Amino acid sequence: MSVELPLLSVEGLSKTYATGRSVIDQALGRPAPRLTALDGISLEVSANEVVGIVGESGSGKTTIARCLVRLDSPDAGTIRFLGEEIGAAHGADLRRIRREMQMIYQDPYGSLNPRMSVGRAISEPAIVHGLIDRAEADGLVRDLLDRVGLSPTVAELRPRALSGGQRQRVAIARALALRPRLIIADEAVSALDVSIQAQILNLFAELIGKLGLSMILISHQLSVISHLSDRVAVMYLGRIVETGPTAEVFSNPRHPYTQALLTAHPAVDAPRARAPALSGEIPSNYAIPAGCRFHTRCAHAVSACREIDPPAAAISSGHRSWCHVLPEFRPARPL
Amino acid sequence: MKLPRNADPNIPESAWRQLDGRIATERRWSAVTLWSGIFIVAAIAIASFGVGLLGLGDANATDLFNTLTPPSWRHPFGTDDLGRDIFLRVLYAGQVDLVFGFVTTYLSLVLGLVVGALSGYFGGWIDSLVMRIVDLVISFPFIVLILAITAITGPGLTGAYIGVLAVSWALYARLSRGEMLAMRNRPFILAAETMGFGTGRIVFVHAIPNLLRSNLVFSMSDMVLNILTLASLSYLGLGVSPPMAEWGEMVAQGQKNLFNAWWMSTLPGLAIVLTGIGFCLIGDGLADRLDEGRR
Amino acid sequence: MTHVADAHSSLLDVKDLTVGFADARGIFLPTNRVNFTVQRNQTLGVLGESGCGKSVTLRSLMQLVPYPGEIIGGTIAWKGRDLRGRSAREMSSIRGSEISMIFQDPASCLNPAFTVGNQIIETLRVKAGLAASAARSRAAELLDHVGIASAKERLTLYPHQLSGGMRQRVMIAMAIATKPDLLLADEPTTALDVTIQDQILTLLANLKGETGMSMVVVSHDVGVIAQNCDVIVVMYAGHVLESGPAQAVVHAPRHPYTRALLDAVPKLGRGGRRRPLASIPGQPPSLATLPAGCPFQPRCPHRRDGCEEVTPRLDKALPDHGSACPMVN
Repeated sequence: MSVELPLLSVEGLSKTYATGRSVIDQALGRPAPRLTALDGISLEVSANEVVGIVGESGSGKTTIARCLVRLDSPDAGTIRFLGEEIGAAHGADLRRIRREMQMIYQDPYGSLNPRMSVGRAISEPAIVHGLIDRAEADGLVRDLLDRVGLSPTVAELRPRALSGGQRQRVAIARALALRPRLIIADEAVSALDVSIQAQILNLFAELIGKLGLSMILISHQLSVISHLSDRVAVMYLGRIVETGPTAEVFSNPRHPYTQALLTAHPAVDAPRARAPALSGEIPSNYAIPAGCRFHTRCAHAVSACREIDPPAAAISSGHRSWCHVLPEFRPARPL
Repeated sequence: MKLPRNADPNIPESAWRQLDGRIATERRWSAVTLWSGIFIVAAIAIASFGVGLLGLGDANATDLFNTLTPPSWRHPFGTDDLGRDIFLRVLYAGQVDLVFGFVTTYLSLVLGLVVGALSGYFGGWIDSLVMRIVDLVISFPFIVLILAITAITGPGLTGAYIGVLAVSWALYARLSRGEMLAMRNRPFILAAETMGFGTGRIVFVHAIPNLLRSNLVFSMSDMVLNILTLASLSYLGLGVSPPMAEWGEMVAQGQKNLFNAWWMSTLPGLAIVLTGIGFCLIGDGLADRLDEGRR
Repeated sequence: MTHVADAHSSLLDVKDLTVGFADARGIFLPTNRVNFTVQRNQTLGVLGESGCGKSVTLRSLMQLVPYPGEIIGGTIAWKGRDLRGRSAREMSSIRGSEISMIFQDPASCLNPAFTVGNQIIETLRVKAGLAASAARSRAAELLDHVGIASAKERLTLYPHQLSGGMRQRVMIAMAIATKPDLLLADEPTTALDVTIQDQILTLLANLKGETGMSMVVVSHDVGVIAQNCDVIVVMYAGHVLESGPAQAVVHAPRHPYTRALLDAVPKLGRGGRRRPLASIPGQPPSLATLPAGCPFQPRCPHRRDGCEEVTPRLDKALPDHGSACPMVN
């Protein structure tokens, strides 16, 4: 059992957004409606580990990504990178920390500057941070393009000339230019075709292996999470409801929501169930249900669920679920 | 005409031709628009600036024996009430108007683009403040502003320059700010932030090159508006001072002779119209071209 | 007015459908000699990646190909009669009543300026000829039928006040209001969360069971197509490369592209990143740079001499499971 510092350690992260009020509401002193995006999230990422975050709309998975790269600042909680608190960093400190964590975005058509050549886009971060000088730019670009499986001739092209998959590779090359230790992939393959998605997933796997990278993989697609991540955190309405080693959580889910996600996942080699896995709509982030936030849609809810926030229940080493009922029950159907 | 791969041999020739013809016509039209606009503006510009180099005569030379003569071979546009050749005056006036249009438009563009981009990027109170100033500038009664400026600078072209610049930048600021708001959250801007780039680099190197397109298309119609503004001001006596030739001023001078010497007002007026059409055509053609490029 | 005699009296019989469009670079065929048949009470799935022509094909069934595209070849036999060549008025009366369509993004397909009830009522009044009050109560019934709670109150809401799943239900309500024989669905659940997608797909299956309507579902999601369709048609670069019963296509795919596509989908609980996915090399095809012969050549693991001579047509090797690859199996 190593006492090594985790690469990234998040504790109690919370974030709410206050949205606008009408003039009348302001005059009457009514409080602005508050949207709870994150409510006390804690997770850890170790070196060379892939942690998957899976959830649907309103789960907060994108907000976490934004808070980690400091596009948004959390309202509460700490973010530590190799032990160093980064939640409040700014200026030169923030720039230094930003080198360590890079993000790949969902939309390959928006993540590259349409007026900048590929080569320039890739080398710019390294030059700006002083990692290389202009003379070395070509070499770096060729190197990185090769690493992501693109021909060096791509360097002169504008993004317009590239397909979605190629653009995503360029985005990855650009992210690698700063030699980060952690890559955050926010639905990075969701907008890609199946065949290209497979290519990019393989690329991710290769880079993680070769460069010893860590990754936070955010996706709504269970299959993608299952393929790439070592551990998984299932999120619902701003909370983590189950977490643990991916293989175990997906084969032995101990939260009704995780079970529902698994059942609802359209599998190629299994028939669809007659009834939908989950009924009802996802509640609004403006009005999080009291008690266990999942109780409004849960088939197993009991009175305690409506009133008390479930504490963590340990299923096995590393596998935890936040549910009053299910940790003791067997899953409804074998998976 | 090359048929695409694996095409159905049963499809008649006429169907292929119809498909091909449709697009060709459209593209031809948009090319015609752009190039005729360029041709008109280039012709006027070359004529206006060339006349000085070729030394074809003095626009201010009066000839009191030949006042108000109608268009003829010697005086293609006739002469005015002081016997000056109107054709030469129209050409020299072209210099004044075109330079005015160009300078006011592009200086305003640069200023407005930077202000709008920064405002949109920062958002918050900065954006609100700047937009209120922009609103103020746009809604201020223009003639009152010009009169106030002229009272300080004295009558003449300087006042017109200052007045138009003081207002014109606001339109670009509004346009650029709107586009920046839309672009602000696009992943490539967010990526620039998370890569630790400074605000200056993000706004000037990443954002502004993407804002240029719409500003340039708008500048074409702005050019027309600015030239018209100068013409209107001169017509009111607020722009150029005599004997400098300027289209609007010439139209004004010819007004009292509208019925006995129509050429004094009409032909300079036509010059204004033609220039306006030229720039509008360029603007349209450019807009079409840029849309195509985007697809 | 041709009667296409067909032993099965299928509902929709598409033969050699070709859609063309032209731009500066030349003429392209996003739909190229596409053939398929939809029987009554049957769900046909069109599976393919972006650019394969599945959406264009779907729209052409309603004669709604977006400009500058145009149908230039083939026949679309609806209940025995070709839809091509019918008058605009006839087509207009068929659309929305006999054939309905739902789209991917309900947010942009519902008019934000009108209430949801208003839009359903409009459909009922124009298409089903109901009077105002009858339309109103029927609209509430329909919303209830598609699973929207408190339907009557919800009628007065605007689209932006509803969630994505609810908007899609509204669209479905509008589409089935006239009890169509065929429902066309273009990526109906792609923009939805997975548990909501599950609900919507169940709803569609139930509706199909109740009314006996047929469906054509277009999607790039292999799992969605595999789980919800009776027949699958696989498209690539405008061509149909394989067509057959869903189970057969998914478990015994005949065309190399179908095989590669199925292999590339990551499966839950199967290995991990240490075992790379069987990806398809290369880029998705561009209609401007198609090779001679089979369009899948540049990426096909079984490519050999003779592939450039192939005309991609479904073979008749198996009675109802056709593949356009003469080289493999």
